Amino acid sequence: MSTLALIFEKSTPGKRAVTFPACDVPEVDPSAVIPAELLRQKPAELPEVSEIEAVRHFTQLSRRNHGVDVDFYPLGSCTMKYNPKVNEEAARLPGIALAHPQQPVETVQGNLKLLHTLEGWLCEVTGMDRMTFQPAAGAHGELTGILIIKAYHESRKDTDRRKVIVPDSAHGTNPATAAMAGFDVVSIPSKHDGSVDLDALRAVVGPDTAALMMTNPSTLGIFDPHVKDVAEIVHAAGGLVYYDGANMNAIMGYARPGDMGFDVVHLNLHKTFSTPHGGGGPGSGPVGVKQFLAPFLPVPVVELAGDKYLLDWERPLSIGKMMGFYGNFGVVARAFAYTLAYGPELKEVSEYAVLNANYIQAHLRKYYDLAVDRYCMHECVISAKTLKHEVGVKTLDIAKRLLDEGIHPPTIYFPMIVEEAMMIEPTETEDKATLDRFIASMVQIYKEAKEDPERVKSAPHLTVVGRLDEALAARKPNLRFKKDL
Amino acid sequence: MTIPAGLKYTKEHEWIKVEGNVGTVGITDFAQDSLGDVVFVEVPTVGRVLKQGEQFGVVESVKTVSDLYSPVSGKVVAVNAELEASPEAVNAGPYDKGWMIKIELTNPGELNGLLEASAYEAHVKEAGH
Amino acid sequence: MRYIPITQADKAAMLRDIGVSSTQELFAANIPADVRLNRPLNLPPALSEMEILATMSDLTRQNVTLADYTCFLGAGAYDHYIPAAVDAFVRRGEFLTAYTPYQPEISQGVLQVIYEYQSLVCELTGMDLSNASMYDGGSAMAEAAGMVVQQTGRKKVVVASSVHPNWRRVVKTYMHGIGVEVIEAPLVNCELDLNKLETLVTDEVAGVIVQMPNFLGHIEQVRTIEKMAHAKGALFVVAADPISLAVLEAPGNYGADIVVMEGQSLGNAVSYGGPWLGIIATRDKFSRRIPGRIVGATLDNRGQRAFVLTLQTREQHIRREKATSNICSNQALNALAATVYMTLVGKEGLREVANLSLQKAHYAATQIQKLPGYKIACKSSFFKEFTINCPKPAEEINRMLLQKGILGGYASSPDYPLLPNAMTIAVTEKRTKAQIDQLVAALGEVK
Repeated sequence: MSTLALIFEKSTPGKRAVTFPACDVPEVDPSAVIPAELLRQKPAELPEVSEIEAVRHFTQLSRRNHGVDVDFYPLGSCTMKYNPKVNEEAARLPGIALAHPQQPVETVQGNLKLLHTLEGWLCEVTGMDRMTFQPAAGAHGELTGILIIKAYHESRKDTDRRKVIVPDSAHGTNPATAAMAGFDVVSIPSKHDGSVDLDALRAVVGPDTAALMMTNPSTLGIFDPHVKDVAEIVHAAGGLVYYDGANMNAIMGYARPGDMGFDVVHLNLHKTFSTPHGGGGPGSGPVGVKQFLAPFLPVPVVELAGDKYLLDWERPLSIGKMMGFYGNFGVVARAFAYTLAYGPELKEVSEYAVLNANYIQAHLRKYYDLAVDRYCMHECVISAKTLKHEVGVKTLDIAKRLLDEGIHPPTIYFPMIVEEAMMIEPTETEDKATLDRFIASMVQIYKEAKEDPERVKSAPHLTVVGRLDEALAARKPNLRFKKDL
Repeated sequence: MTIPAGLKYTKEHEWIKVEGNVGTVGITDFAQDSLGDVVFVEVPTVGRVLKQGEQFGVVESVKTVSDLYSPVSGKVVAVNAELEASPEAVNAGPYDKGWMIKIELTNPGELNGLLEASAYEAHVKEAGH
Repeated sequence: MRYIPITQADKAAMLRDIGVSSTQELFAANIPADVRLNRPLNLPPALSEMEILATMSDLTRQNVTLADYTCFLGAGAYDHYIPAAVDAFVRRGEFLTAYTPYQPEISQGVLQVIYEYQSLVCELTGMDLSNASMYDGGSAMAEAAGMVVQQTGRKKVVVASSVHPNWRRVVKTYMHGIGVEVIEAPLVNCELDLNKLETLVTDEVAGVIVQMPNFLGHIEQVRTIEKMAHAKGALFVVAADPISLAVLEAPGNYGADIVVMEGQSLGNAVSYGGPWLGIIATRDKFSRRIPGRIVGATLDNRGQRAFVLTLQTREQHIRREKATSNICSNQALNALAATVYMTLVGKEGLREVANLSLQKAHYAATQIQKLPGYKIACKSSFFKEFTINCPKPAEEINRMLLQKGILGGYASSPDYPLLPNAMTIAVTEKRTKAQIDQLVAALGEVK
């Protein structure tokens, strides 16, 4: 039995870890200063454990988790590259970790300079004019960007623009974002390579078009050859064009969304700029805009006045705020460190990301189906369609079998327009030996699927837990520990 | 895949079985099989008045979700409360214990526009499944 | 390059396998000439690890920090003690460098941590369920506003003006997107004007949002407000301070439908505003309305208890434009910090942190009130933060305090013009009597 007890199940009344100093001021009785009906009656049942128990508990839990630091993690669209340790040190510098967000601006000039400087660098990388670091994640950046577009149309009294166009190869966040900003979503079919179908686009654009959201390279890992035409068609109709920066790791130094005609861009610093994913967050999703949209950026905006940095809150056209303060500053600081490490050589990041993806595609195409038969960019999409029809082994089974090899599987069943899809993004931080090991594992699983399909279908065999009953989890939700249950 | 004769079907994969003035509504065997393990069914409150084709609820499996549309116009007179605790009944018995709502028909003529079992079977085959 | 481990020999072999002579061919095959960048990026030259740290250290050394200054500043970020063991786990690569646990078989660590986090949040708030965390308190409040609108079908929300000013801005920004009107309920002194509130809460209002203790540090009449909201069929949303919940009643016990919190105080550095975590908890009946990731317990095919992301049909990757929100991540690492923090301080420790904060804040308030020209702005009760009227504008006093190594309280008059020369002072368990006495002495020097 390899179940690990919950921390609550390890709790023993009277045990303590951290203690606090005795009270050194004259004490009042809380019931004398807080109304009785608002005093807590029954204490929260937090665990009672010693420090060594707590430390072992979380250490043991960490050992049941796969991360980039553990082994290969080619999860497509997520850019699971190495997260340099020096960035962790940088984020813990006292000036960064121990600065209070409500401090007067004259006491945080270093942090404001950091934000202002990185804004300039990332505008250079993306070809945009201004950028906000307030969004905490990619999806949050999308919402920020689409609200900026909404505010722009409203400022022009152009309020009939109700529709946001999203290709069907897009991430699910794109339509969800548009809906959250109050727009109607118009989905258009993509071409088989994930690029925008210009005829389908021309058929839907019009005076009701607010924006088009686009990922380029597309979710199939292919750069859209007609991206400039896409932007022109939407602009001609009076709409704006939004760039989802999920796949920016493919093109740094080679091409810039601003030069392709995009008006709004979001980056994922936790993807392209190497900040750790943290098990699901924190991320950072800065949004860059062309100058004509700068008045709509969320407040405050960092400005340089003479030799002093300040926070500009007086921006009447601003969409408002997306977060309590200035975004995930500690994450932004890590991205600053990363940009310092590369400078103009960020171009090599994209060069090797593309090399690694094509290397994997070149080898796996002999065994699996290709979604699109051409050179890919930073990720390749393969499919187990043939294997499924021949021996009944599905993409899910292959993914689970990879777990036995100590490798995190690719993104599976996405993009949805590819049957039995596996989206593989190796990133530039993996060496050839690791890629070769992955390729060998994928080939071995292919062969095993033909010789002993049940072995693949019943995987994983070597992980601490087997396949989970997800139907049970959803039918009888058990979302918290309850004592005596 | 079973498609019982005697029921009426919609192209959205609901069935309705009419007894007197009341129709019992659920989703077809084909629909439950496509969804996979059903984990949640959202049904309307009793008394709600529905138009033909109006969305009356949602059926969810682990990784997908589908809207439910009323085959006819009428008033909801009963809902299958068992589904809250046992949504898996939709998989086990789509045409019996997996029923979802009972609806009092206001326009029985609408039934003529629904599919017979044979036509529904052809529709499913045509959909390429 | 530092983080690119492909040798030139490897590269040559790989290009050969791909069937091209250079990486340029791969890019040329993809990127049309009319959008190619034909110049190097204009960025400063690459630095070594040593130079990176030196550069950033030099850049940020000029900041005033809580390492060197005594902090009485709160207003949404609090200088609570962070036990040493917290950072040890935040740094562990297995947690730090993982992504969302899509493959539960190799992600039981983070999944169990989140399940424990959700359980701790429920204990703290008295609510039925919590998600895996949101971006921060302000965005969690905005998502809660979206939830009450979806749940009731009504298009107005009432927000107390005693809610954090920045959080109110976030709520308005989100609500503008979906065309919902945000009505700010006015104050009398430092707390909600209940008479005016009653007239604002009509049966067109989806929800009433209050902060407890409020932004000025003071306590709201939450039991009365709950009745007002529910009498009109509106939902009741409470923004709480997690530390306060060891002393103050759990919102679940006074009828809150949704609780939101900023989780920074639970083991996360102030870090100039983030990354922290938004906490959101609600009742079982809203389990299909709550946004974000949720972890549930289930069984694996060997019959063992195991954890998995669940109730996913609420989410964007399945529902797309019909999803409850577009959020598809959480602040997992910050939720880990909060989980380790709550474990280390435990049931007794959290009460000590809360009680010490309460005691020291009340001592500070008592001492400051003895000074001529200072008086507490409101009679209502407070927990660890309170607002005083000063003899001069708070900004001016703060400049003087800074000279003495003290970060003074928040100058709250710009946000609350009816409170003249107001300063909102936060006192945590970290402040000693000597530090409080220094503050009082310095304030006494203001003429």
